[in-house]
Amino acid sequence: MKFLHYWRAMWGIIWRECWRFVTQRERFVSALVRPLVWLFIFAAGFRSALGLAISPPYETYILYEVYIVPGLCGMIQLFNGMQSSLSMVYDREMGSMRILLTCPLPRWFLLLSKLLAGTAVSILQVYVFLGIAWCYEIRPPIPGFGWILPALTLSGLMLGALGLLLSSFIKQLENFAGVMNFVIFPMFFMSTALYPLWKIKESSALLYRLAEYNPFSQAVELIRYALYGQFNQTAFVYTLAALIVFMTLAILGYNPSKGMMTRKGGSG
Amino acid sequence: MKLAFSQIDSRATALSVKDLSFSYGGKKALDHVGFEIQAGECAVLLGPNGAGKSTLFALITRLYDARSGRIELCGFDIKKQTSKALGRLGVVFQQSTLDMDLTVMQNLDYHAALHGMGGKFAKQRIQQELERLNMYERRKEKIRQLNGGHRRRVEIARALLHKPSLLLLDEPTVGLDVPSRQDIVEYVHHLAKDENIAVLWATHLIDEIFPEDKLIILHKGQIEAAGSVAEILQQTGVATIKEAFYALTQGTQE
Repeated sequence: MKFLHYWRAMWGIIWRECWRFVTQRERFVSALVRPLVWLFIFAAGFRSALGLAISPPYETYILYEVYIVPGLCGMIQLFNGMQSSLSMVYDREMGSMRILLTCPLPRWFLLLSKLLAGTAVSILQVYVFLGIAWCYEIRPPIPGFGWILPALTLSGLMLGALGLLLSSFIKQLENFAGVMNFVIFPMFFMSTALYPLWKIKESSALLYRLAEYNPFSQAVELIRYALYGQFNQTAFVYTLAALIVFMTLAILGYNPSKGMMTRKGGSG
Repeated sequence: MKLAFSQIDSRATALSVKDLSFSYGGKKALDHVGFEIQAGECAVLLGPNGAGKSTLFALITRLYDARSGRIELCGFDIKKQTSKALGRLGVVFQQSTLDMDLTVMQNLDYHAALHGMGGKFAKQRIQQELERLNMYERRKEKIRQLNGGHRRRVEIARALLHKPSLLLLDEPTVGLDVPSRQDIVEYVHHLAKDENIAVLWATHLIDEIFPEDKLIILHKGQIEAAGSVAEILQQTGVATIKEAFYALTQGTQE
């Protein structure tokens, strides 16, 4: 009976998130436009500027467009994770978060369900993006589309957990611009999404180290290797560890006795 | 599926708050608050703005965690037996908590899922509660299309879906017109009287109080008085609740 309760609640949360995503068409379109602009415009412009040597998992010389596709898959998930965090702040301001948190289930389970719901939405977006990239002649091996699913699930959960963690600290929607400047942009540009690590090393040893230890880099590498049928153990362990750390901190952030909730004050 | 409401006997304590204190940083919001509400009792929590009503509600719903004191819902400690306690609680928050882009039915389906209800049983419960509030015909409309009074009705239906033993209402009539207010006040009193549900109703509107209600007057985080309307009037030596309220809150204006 208890199991059924958990099951229904989890699907209820996932259903609500997916329904909201489907009904917000502009959100779906903008989630796709962003990586497509990078692929069709930015990558096309930089094709000749960035020479890429053969490096795993690629077995031959590749075009820049091919290189950045896994990074753009990561970008979709990064933005989606932050979007989920934004929707959590919105839910809290609008009050619907209260209804979720006052239902008779453990808080960690509710947050995990929220996280799964956000990840499901991001995976859907990535597959649509890969479909468009396929039409643009960027064609990874077909089995890669299957291998990428567990990688996307892990990276999506990790980036979603980061979003959850941030949402427990963000007081108001207005502060979300700060997240863009201080989290999304540094994470994205200081990663292997747009250029390989050895390229960064040529410019700055410090940046190289920061990019190497950036969890987003590891998530992108996990996706990159999986798309070409290979398993990157280091990236897997690192992404998993980041997920555990972010999720633990997010649960603490939403814990009524230890977290931020009680510092926000009440109205009456 | 068995639901909690049928399990509570007519004189059981639905809510017990003992020696509850809470501070935001250094500012004390609640100071040694204690009271009980029995099944079938409608308790009105009366207090001016800033009295600590919303904080008390956040503690009872465990959005905040009480560092000192104890809260029990139907005998279950909110801190140690959180899920069991919350399963017996229905809440209508001051601010609307409905999803505006979903329909009435979708909002209630979501709530039913969170409480582990599914399939025919959930549909049946939703129909029952909406029909009682004359909202079943509007189940396919988006919340955004409803007026304030109807949204509140949906929230009350939602709070009752899982048959709670205790219903919390945090100023549910704020911003509503007189007929909508009247309907809600009467409906909630009917729930307490005829369905044996314990109600804790936070308000600062004195005209929402019925003579048979229990009154809890909260001021600056402390309970100034608690008892039946007659007891409070006798204790303060005045003729009306309004005068009693002002006497107890030392002339605080709303």
